[in-house]
Amino acid sequence: MTTNFQNCRLDLSFEASESEASRAIAAVHHSLMKLGLPADRHGDAKIAIAEAVNNVVEHAYAGLPPGQVQLQGFADIRGLEIRILDSGKPLPGLRVPDGIPASVDTSIGNLPEGGFGWFMIRKLSDDIQYERRSGQNRLSLWFYFPAPEEVP
Amino acid sequence: MALSISTHGETQVIKVEADRIDAAMAIQFKEDMRTVTQQGAPRLILDLSSVEFIDSSGLGAIVASMKQLGDGRRLDLAGLQPVVEKVFRLTRMDTVFRLFDDLDDALAWKAE
Repeated sequence: MTTNFQNCRLDLSFEASESEASRAIAAVHHSLMKLGLPADRHGDAKIAIAEAVNNVVEHAYAGLPPGQVQLQGFADIRGLEIRILDSGKPLPGLRVPDGIPASVDTSIGNLPEGGFGWFMIRKLSDDIQYERRSGQNRLSLWFYFPAPEEVP
Repeated sequence: MALSISTHGETQVIKVEADRIDAAMAIQFKEDMRTVTQQGAPRLILDLSSVEFIDSSGLGAIVASMKQLGDGRRLDLAGLQPVVEKVFRLTRMDTVFRLFDDLDDALAWKAE
């Protein structure tokens, strides 16, 4: 199983539209499945990747002509790193948003219908790094795998 | 987005015939839900057993679908796959909806 992770790379780019992002996310989810990641980490990565890509489409490129999004993945026995690069607007304050979710302890009519993206990304990834460099956003998300059982 | 509808007594069952509900289809999903829920059944069950993945926009569309039902009508959820259930749990929306393992469980449920 460990050999599946060796030198494993993923690299694709796509236009920052909802439909292209949907197709790309589905393709990445499919590629992750073939890696044989631990099931819970696989699910965590699927959710966080989708939210991070949706943020780029909905916020970084909001009001701009659709640009390109590049998504790279690197996996080895220790974990998975996902990098998302775009040339849209920077994150406000050049930092990863806190992502404090709206409360659901309210009447049905007042339930939040959004605002969960960064909250879930922060909850599900083990490390997050954001850089703004040469007009480009570069977000890295890490998902570590449990250490293999030691053989006595 | 395909939804298939069946009626079991007072309960309407809406099955999502898609493997994902994401940002690209959230608005259409909400509109389709508005159309199919107009007949006024007091209880609705959304069968999500075919849905492997949902993002926060898809979650928002399900929340919006319940909000647009109006007074006294309930939307229950059945057949959540692990990743879908995780999204509901993380956002605490699992405390807002009644979740059932599968459609049979949801149909067997009787109000106290």
